[in-house]
Amino acid sequence: MESYRNIFGKLNRAALIPFFVIGDPDKKTSLELVKTAIDAGADILELGIPFSDPVADGPTVQKADIRALHAGMTPKKALDFVGKITAYKSIPIGLLVYYNLINHYGVEKFFMDFKAVGGTSVLVADVSIDNADEIAPLAQKAGLETVFMATPNASQERLKRIADKTTGFIYTVSLLGTTGERSSLSAAVKPLVAKLKKLTDKPVCVGFGISSAEHAAAVASAEADGVIIGSRIVKFIEDNPGRPDVMKQQIADFIRSVRQALEQVHR
Amino acid sequence: MKHNGRFGDFGGFYVPEVLIPALEEIEQAFDRFRDDAQFKAELNELYANYAGRPSPLYFAKRFSEYAGFKVYIKREDLLHGGAHKINNTLGQGLLAKYMGKKKLIAETGAGQHGLATATVGALFGMETKIFMGSIDVERQSLNVHKMKLLGAEVIPVSGGTCTLKDAINDALRYWTAHVDDTFYLFGTAGGPHPYPTIVKYFQSPIGVEARQQCLKQIGRLPDIVTACVGGGSNAIGIFSAFIADKDVKLVGVEGGGKGIPTGQHCATLCVGTVGILHGARTYLLQDENGQVHETECISAGLDYPGVGPEHSYLKDIGRAHYVNVTDEAVLDTFLLFSRLEGILPALESTHALAWVVSQKGKLPADTTVVVNLSGRGDKDIGIVEQHRPLNK
Repeated sequence: MESYRNIFGKLNRAALIPFFVIGDPDKKTSLELVKTAIDAGADILELGIPFSDPVADGPTVQKADIRALHAGMTPKKALDFVGKITAYKSIPIGLLVYYNLINHYGVEKFFMDFKAVGGTSVLVADVSIDNADEIAPLAQKAGLETVFMATPNASQERLKRIADKTTGFIYTVSLLGTTGERSSLSAAVKPLVAKLKKLTDKPVCVGFGISSAEHAAAVASAEADGVIIGSRIVKFIEDNPGRPDVMKQQIADFIRSVRQALEQVHR
Repeated sequence: MKHNGRFGDFGGFYVPEVLIPALEEIEQAFDRFRDDAQFKAELNELYANYAGRPSPLYFAKRFSEYAGFKVYIKREDLLHGGAHKINNTLGQGLLAKYMGKKKLIAETGAGQHGLATATVGALFGMETKIFMGSIDVERQSLNVHKMKLLGAEVIPVSGGTCTLKDAINDALRYWTAHVDDTFYLFGTAGGPHPYPTIVKYFQSPIGVEARQQCLKQIGRLPDIVTACVGGGSNAIGIFSAFIADKDVKLVGVEGGGKGIPTGQHCATLCVGTVGILHGARTYLLQDENGQVHETECISAGLDYPGVGPEHSYLKDIGRAHYVNVTDEAVLDTFLLFSRLEGILPALESTHALAWVVSQKGKLPADTTVVVNLSGRGDKDIGIVEQHRPLNK
């Protein structure tokens, strides 16, 4: 698998990074939906392992976690799921996971197993750079890249430390709060991306609250290297219970429209 | 952060990046104001004349006769609001005021912390939002009503298990989006650093007073100090003053619910395993995949699958002992204690009393036990009536 730096470097536009909770609404449908997203033009995938207490996530992703857990998803099955995706297509996969799950599994073993099924990077939602030493060396040892979050309320000094600890991409949070759709995009995005770009040559992706092709295009115009879209996509699953074909159709249409919008913003 | 917030290997601050600046701000403010003369004077004035500190240490004569050894009761139930929670909310509320925050949010289980937060919200003129699991809203309707009367907004939380842990999840989520003007007034000695340290500090008068009262009233330190443990704020409050007194045995009593073998309990320290929840490395009730359990206990205030990290530490180094009692034992003790002493104990605190009852015949007659009666039981009479109807 190529490094993120190569992948972002080759694209002459911002990368499209859809987010799914693995196993939402169930393992079989989830697999089809992720494949649909790949076919519709996703460049990278961000996948989450469902957790009982996802504090970094808003209500939409929390409900997805609950659906997936009810359908029997576990960290072990999630790794199996990732293997099925990478067997379908060689696409970079970033994992979003809560610390308790990998701590319980064994952090080192989990990273090795994730690498073995073709994973690219890990973001542990409740481990900040202050505790990066608990995970980053183990991730690197396993051959994984690290992703850390940067927020608009972080100091310059802290952003620098975040950039230093990141080997994959910096996951920039476009606004204060949890994941979730927003009707307008925060004014904090552009200055934060610009600030990070001045500090580092690590790729900078933007997530949280991006829910339309227009938002995505605006983020791309702000010079972001990638756009992560989570809750908007997860909502298509929530809104169509028991109708996987409708989910697929809506997700495919949405991803195509975002991809189109991103292609119009050249760098 | 300036400090790592560790108790041995426990504690820390495992939170999403967005919360770090907010926690740093609170840590800084706490470091600055805890030794500030004006802050201390104002807090002590509130403790004395608003909350009603010091609370008495009462020799429970008839209960002692029943138990067969000497039982002293630390009367936190007599404080304003009817529970120890006011110690912490006055402290943190005042800290919020000194920090210039205009709004308070809090989570609550039994409603006692929510009520105590609504109380200081009114006292300091701050807009207050209380996050409460929808199941708890139902089983603690009286406290919900009181919070509303005090001007707080009660937000029922229906995600997950609809109890305390989900109320914490939602309060944390809300906080991440409103850190600029909002102070999260955390209710128990758990969660991310600096909360376990802050809550212990503001609850420590319980222990400081109890220790002095023992020396003055009994002429010596007690043999055993016991308190109920959910998150563990009242327990750490009373334990903290005795930790250095190696001969004083510390006993934390957890909710045994329907019994450990049924899995329906909240005895985190008794049978849990180490994990990370709500920002802290601590003992947790979790399944084989690391998903956090639903818990079950007759008292909403103990119904929490985690525990304050310092208790995890005290357990591991063997300084404190953690036990559990069942709902049934708690109900029996509630009636027993009410009739022997004329005090209706909160079901949470009744866990500690029930452990004392379980020691009947096992401890020498000259044993002295101090029980932290962390709250009054008026809020629980509906639940007691359901399980032990009077007209039957």
